[in-house]
Order: sequence, then structure tokens, then C-alpha cells
Amino acid sequence: MLARAPGLTAAAWIVAKKDLAIELRTKSAFLSVIVFTLLGLVIFFFAWDSTAVSALDLAPGVLWVTFTFAGLLGLHRSFGAEMQDRAIDGLLVAPIDRESIYLGKAIANAIFVSAVLVIAVPAVALFYNLPLGRAVLALGSVAVLAAIGLVAIGTLFSAMAVNTRMAELLLPMLSLPFFVPIVLTSAQASTQLLAGRPFAEALPWLKILVAFDIVFVVACTVAFPHTLEE
Amino acid sequence: MSAPVPAVIASSLVKQFGKRVAVAGIDLTLRAGECLALFGPNGAGKTTLLRLTAGLLKPTAGSVRVQGVDVRRDAHARANVGLISHQSMLYAPLTALENVEFTARLYGLQNPRVAARTALESIQVLDWADTPVRTLSRGLQQRVSIARATVHEPTVVLLDEPYSGLDETGAAALTALLQSLRARGATLVVVTHNVGEGLALATHAAIMTDGKFARLERRDDSRGFDAQRYTMEYRELVTHAG
Repeated sequence: MLARAPGLTAAAWIVAKKDLAIELRTKSAFLSVIVFTLLGLVIFFFAWDSTAVSALDLAPGVLWVTFTFAGLLGLHRSFGAEMQDRAIDGLLVAPIDRESIYLGKAIANAIFVSAVLVIAVPAVALFYNLPLGRAVLALGSVAVLAAIGLVAIGTLFSAMAVNTRMAELLLPMLSLPFFVPIVLTSAQASTQLLAGRPFAEALPWLKILVAFDIVFVVACTVAFPHTLEE
Repeated sequence: MSAPVPAVIASSLVKQFGKRVAVAGIDLTLRAGECLALFGPNGAGKTTLLRLTAGLLKPTAGSVRVQGVDVRRDAHARANVGLISHQSMLYAPLTALENVEFTARLYGLQNPRVAARTALESIQVLDWADTPVRTLSRGLQQRVSIARATVHEPTVVLLDEPYSGLDETGAAALTALLQSLRARGATLVVVTHNVGEGLALATHAAIMTDGKFARLERRDDSRGFDAQRYTMEYRELVTHAG
């Protein structure tokens, strides 16, 4: 009856599909993150003095700051679901590499935050009257790369923080310093693209973003099994 | 011809949490088809011993092997182990079938949905297959948890208070399932406070206090095994430990 246990990527996909099925069933995290994102954008919009700062200067920062904090809300629940009734033990006794648990969680989180971005980016364009049309594909690639970096870091720290009594505080405290290079490069690339500059001018920032993504994904995957030791 | 590898072998097994010694030098050998009933007061180290055997905890000293392999180091060897714990290890928003099928996929079973349905049927909970786990009673959740832990037909099954929360039907279904697992040659370790339930299937019985075996004996040895005497001695040990 027992076939061969799934390999790293197959097991990761099984874990990711399970996480997405749970989110689709409950929708609780997605709705709360979307509401938080839209409220954040509204507050920034009403606090904005359009005579002092132009929309093009402000909007990328607003987008990535709002998205970073909204993403943290979603990432927090990633391992929270595993701790309820100790479902994580079921994963740990399964014949799969522990790295695949991390990768599965990260894939599900990346899809989750990308879905948030699909709503957040047009919302920013609407509030600040930005010319999204021409730059939409390039902005999409920035969003995907930023999501990968944020999720790689956030998923690892979510696993570390979830067993502590102050998980809600610990996750942002651990994650935010590591988010800085991702947010910085994403905001710079977005500014260039929204200003209508050629894609080539945003490319150096995208290359840095790709480099950070590779480093964070590899380092966090290797570090993850050690976060599970009791 | 060499002797078969023991199903479970623990050697000088120690586990400390900070300064607290939870397991203090356990030696244990169980062969295929044997069943150890493990008794002891709260805090004796029974659950820690099960978690060490399942590979969920790293020993402070000593070693534990399942089918001759350290399951912490060999991911595929973990397919030999089934663990039923205090907690259900289930995802509350998913249905009973989805939970068990998810586990079947993790173990690489060829027909995960069929295997999941078979496992649910074996513990008489198939009627609730499409019900979200969060709406099931504690006893039904425990039955789904048992199906989850046995869907891959493990050769070593570790059970921590498996009868907890089960009604008569559930308890009878669990006993039948454990009997069929043993008949197939599976090795069982059953942690329980109920001496009668524990001894029903056991080939070995042990009382654990302060992280050690206060007693460990075979039920079928030449000196005979007096269950009534054992129950009284167990109660005495628990009273003293308490």
C-alpha cells in the first residue's frame, strides 16, 4: 500500500495545497488583511498633503509600508494553524523532509500575499491617480519578487515566534529589520516604473531584489529545521 | 541466520528539559507484534518517551531506533511510525476525509482517498467523512485522529491515552483495530492510566515513575502474570508518586 514518500517539492506542494484549502474554507486571514490594507491606504490618503508631496513620490512608499504590515498579519496565522491541536506533530512524524514543510508554507503564503497585492496595487493607483496601465506588467514582477522575499523571511520567523507567549510582538520585531532591503528595493523600482521611466532604469533595483530573494530563500530553508527543535 | 531487527530499541535514553529530567536512562527492546502497556502517574515521562520514539524530540543522551533506524535522521523511516497523541493533530476547518487524505498523501499512498476512507471505516467514523472536524465531538475527533495515525499501516504504533474521550462503540472499534494491527505484526506502545484497557492487549507491562521504569515485565513469562496484583501495585506506586 505504501508507495514512495513524496520528494521535497511534491511534499511542499501537498502542504501548500492544504494551507490554501484551509484559507479558502475560512477566508478569515484574507479578509482581515484586505480590510487592514484598504484602511491603511485610506488613512495615508487623508493624511497626504498633495501640495507638499507629489503622488508619484508618496505612493510607492505607502504601498510597500502598508503591504509589509498587512503581510505580517497574514504570516502570523501561518504556523498558528499548525499549533492548534498540535497538527505540526503530524507533519513532523511524516516521512518528508522538514524543509518541505517550510517551502510548502512559504508557497501558500506567497500565493496569499500575491492575492493581497492584486487588490492593493490597483487600490493605490486609484487613490493617488497613478498611470498604472503602461507599468502594470513590470509592477507585477516587482510585486512577485517582493512577495517572495517577505514571505521567505516571515515564514521562518512565524515558525520561531509561534511557540512564544508574545508571538504577535516577536514576529514583527524579528522580521522588520530583514524586510528593510526588500521594501527599499521594491519602493525604488516601483517609483521608477510609476514615473514612466524605461524598464532598464528599474532593472538594477530588480537585480538586487532577486539577489536578496535567493539569499533569503536558501538561508531560511536551511535554518527552518532548527526552529522546530524542542 | 541473523536475528530480526527489533521494532523498537531504546538504549540509555535520556531527555532533559533544562534541569528537569523527563526520561532518565530508559532501556527497552520490543519485537514485531509485541505490545507494551505503559502506566505511570502524571509527569512520569511517558509522553516524552513516546515523543522520543516518534522522533519528535532529540534525546539528550542515548538513542532510540525504530526498525533499526534513527527516525530523526532518516525521513523515509518515519513511515514506519504512527502516533496518536493527547492532541488530535487535525486541522479543524477541514473535513475528516480531507484530514486523513492529506496524511495519506504525505505518506505517498497510491490511492490516498481510498486509503483515507478505509481508515475512517476501520474506526467506524466513515459516516462523518464529509463533516468539518471542528463540528465533531471530542470522541469523534479522537476516532478521526486514530484513522489519521494508522492510514499508512505503520509497523510501530505509539498511542498516548488512545481511549480518552471514546464512547463504548469507539473503544470497541479501537480495540478491534489494535488487534488487527497486532495480527499484522505491528508493535504497539500504549500509554494509559486505565490498567484494564492497557493489559487487554499487552505482551509487556511497565510502570514509569520519575523518568524510569519502576517495573518492566513480560506478561507471558514463566513466573506468570497476575493482573489483579499488578493493578494494586500500580495504584500503590501512583499514590506514592502523587
